[in-house]
Amino acid sequence: MRRRTLLQTAAAGALTFFFRTPASAAPIEPTRPGAYAEDFNAYLKISADGRVGCFVGKTELGQGATTVLAMLVAEELELDPARVDMLLGDTDLCPWDLPTGGSLTMWHTAPVLRGAAAEARAVLLGLAAKALGAPAADLALKDGALWVKADPKRRTTFGELVQGRKMARHLGKVKPKPLSECTVIGRRVPRKDALAKITGAAKYAGDLRLPGTLHACLLRPPAQGLKLTTADTAAAERVPGVRIVRDGTLLAVLHAQPDTARKALALVKGTFEGTEPDVDDVRIYQYLVDKAAPGQRVMIARGDVAAGEKRAATVVEGEYRNAYEGHATLEPHTSVAKWEEGRMTVWASNQSPFVFRDSVAEALKLDKDKVRIVTPFVGGGFGGKLVAPAAVEAARIARQLPGVPIQVAWNREEDFLLDGYRPAAVVKIRSGLDAGRGAITFWDNIAAGVSQGEAEFAYDMQTNRYQAPAVPDLHPLKVGAWRAPNAHTNAFARECQLDALAAKAGLDPATLRRRLANDPRLLRLLDLALEAFGWEPAPGPTGRGIGLACGAWRQALVVAVAQVAVDKATGKVQVLRFLEAVDVGLVVNPDGARQQVEGAITMCLGQALSEEIRFKGGHILDKNFDTYLLPRFSAIPRIQVVFADSGTTTTQGIGEPPVVPVAAALANAVFDATGARVTHVPFTPARVLEALKRVP
Amino acid sequence: MDAPVSFVLNGKPVTVTSPRDRMLVWVLRDELGLTGTKVGCEAGLCGACTVLVDQEAVLSCSTALGDVAGKSILTIEGLALDGKLDPVQKAFQDHHAFQCGYCTSGMIMAAWAFLKKKPKATRAEIVAAMEGNICRCGAHVRILDAVESVGKATGGVR
Ligand code: FES
Ligand code: FES
Repeated sequence: MRRRTLLQTAAAGALTFFFRTPASAAPIEPTRPGAYAEDFNAYLKISADGRVGCFVGKTELGQGATTVLAMLVAEELELDPARVDMLLGDTDLCPWDLPTGGSLTMWHTAPVLRGAAAEARAVLLGLAAKALGAPAADLALKDGALWVKADPKRRTTFGELVQGRKMARHLGKVKPKPLSECTVIGRRVPRKDALAKITGAAKYAGDLRLPGTLHACLLRPPAQGLKLTTADTAAAERVPGVRIVRDGTLLAVLHAQPDTARKALALVKGTFEGTEPDVDDVRIYQYLVDKAAPGQRVMIARGDVAAGEKRAATVVEGEYRNAYEGHATLEPHTSVAKWEEGRMTVWASNQSPFVFRDSVAEALKLDKDKVRIVTPFVGGGFGGKLVAPAAVEAARIARQLPGVPIQVAWNREEDFLLDGYRPAAVVKIRSGLDAGRGAITFWDNIAAGVSQGEAEFAYDMQTNRYQAPAVPDLHPLKVGAWRAPNAHTNAFARECQLDALAAKAGLDPATLRRRLANDPRLLRLLDLALEAFGWEPAPGPTGRGIGLACGAWRQALVVAVAQVAVDKATGKVQVLRFLEAVDVGLVVNPDGARQQVEGAITMCLGQALSEEIRFKGGHILDKNFDTYLLPRFSAIPRIQVVFADSGTTTTQGIGEPPVVPVAAALANAVFDATGARVTHVPFTPARVLEALKRVP
Repeated sequence: MDAPVSFVLNGKPVTVTSPRDRMLVWVLRDELGLTGTKVGCEAGLCGACTVLVDQEAVLSCSTALGDVAGKSILTIEGLALDGKLDPVQKAFQDHHAFQCGYCTSGMIMAAWAFLKKKPKATRAEIVAAMEGNICRCGAHVRILDAVESVGKATGGVR
């Protein structure tokens, strides 16, 4: 197994991120990027009883990786997916993989796994041919048995052929089955994690009950940016069974009972030092703009902006903002670590086992081989669990107490305080439409807090300039990847701006997008969405409360149509209906893909309408779900999902794409309902009321 | 010494020796090893810790052990009878009414308590009943479908 350094991995990932070609150009043939294991035995093991085990270095976050990856293996090996045993996220047992993020599982890992399964199939057929004395072409394969078609009594099984050994033969690249022969891909398959999750048997990191476990609660600073200096632990130490571990600025109170550890921690008095940023959730936007100003760099430069502006008949200037947003996974960051015989094992709620391994190794100055990450079920990720702070904390404590399993389970307040938020951002756009209302003559973005990711879209924009700051540590708070990073911020700005142009020019917003679409896939998808929704063209605002937006994530395209009702007295937006048409190429697991789209739409109702991290200096004011408002059942609209039959055999991930246009479609729907343009995500009732006041 | 507290747990009598003000969720998870009941907020705000006390949905993060003395508690682990899934569990399974599954135990228990009282509920009534339970993954539509289907299919839970 070959492994790359983190740097090389990151570079490889980055290349893929910015690689844009039509989907049809990407081959379905199994590709094996350098870092992926070459030997199919790394992914597939057949036990003596013929069961197939599949080992993948991704994790099950609820997105359905377990099920869809089993489907790919089952397809090639002619099995029921229920007969493929999946093992994910164990760095000792699974071959190296990239993090479970960026919708990369279906994009990167799926072709590798499919190729491995196709090769295994060919090897098994070859072994059977030898054992049965018949050419491989004359053999049938189903449910783990192989037989001579003309003489079914001459048969053997996976188990007999392999006898639990590694399959020594290698055939190199073997083409997977053609789509026309596939029987598993495209079918509704029961989720493999269903039984465990509906019976409470599913074990998450916090559910592991290793004998002798001590629960560690860490002393936190009252604000981001502060560090522990001194601590008085005398009172806590008087609680029977309490132990204190101190390692630099880390101070943990340990107890065999999690709630007792937490109570004892409250008895510790700490002093902290450091400087908090002088900014809050209101002043943050000007702060970002000011701080970014000296370092603006042109990231996209196409065409002559000044010349384009001269040709414009309609010009609109907009400023779009989004707040910091938390990941707020229902399961907070949790890890259990144990130091034994010179090795650190960490059972971690995580999205990236190999990054976690490397982070723990680095923090403890251990060789990577001395760290093992094991991944139980994970209670949501959304980008928040790509980083390993709780795992590192557990490992640092465990390093001091050999043989004792140490559990670090953040509570909700810690999870809000220590999260790396979706960055707050400001995107200013000036843009213009020609007199014929069919061409964008110029499009000029200046951004702060966000980068140009996915700022280019499948519209005909001859002139597009995007400036973003290259200022390090721009953000006063910790930020991180949040489902479709950059893309959803840029899509919000672009799609609202486009809507404003259409309205000013007296044009139906769908018509403008159809005129601008320069990719036939987008045109088809627009048609699909508009027809499924029953769109009736009219320039906004129509009072109907219907809004449209488009978005992309790499080669995936999404068109969203929303319908809302706005209470003009309170500013409350009720979403009535939300439709997404999605083109992610070949949909391997239709129900799983649908779940991802439904989930993304639902999650982003919160992003658009209510979720915002309020802060003052480094103090995070939102500490729990009483003030940080996630969408609840009463907020849920009727949701419709349609998939484009793109005719390709390429498959794209689907975790991110459906997120991208949600907030924009809702903002455009609010405009259509009221004539008020909301430009600040989340558009809370207060912000909607403000926007309503600005309507002439 | 903490006085022992007795109650019925998933049909069997148990006695635990924990402070009476210890929250039930820790007694269940930590002392009794029933980790199907989850912890999401420890403040009565998310519903992940929902269990049934005398067939009423209760937030075990905000219920003291002393308050359940002599009562009957049902957790997700006790819902399937003799290996047979409860209709609510079955509906969640059939509808794939979960993603990460972290909210699922609480959702199922909340739905169970509601359907027990009102097997033939309207969609709006189900929404109101489930409002206290958070799902971050956005499985809401399927959860509603699942809960609605139980009422339709079987006339309610057992
Ligand atoms: S953990 Fe009890 S309501 Fe959230
Ligand atoms: S399924 Fe993840 S929180 Fe509901």
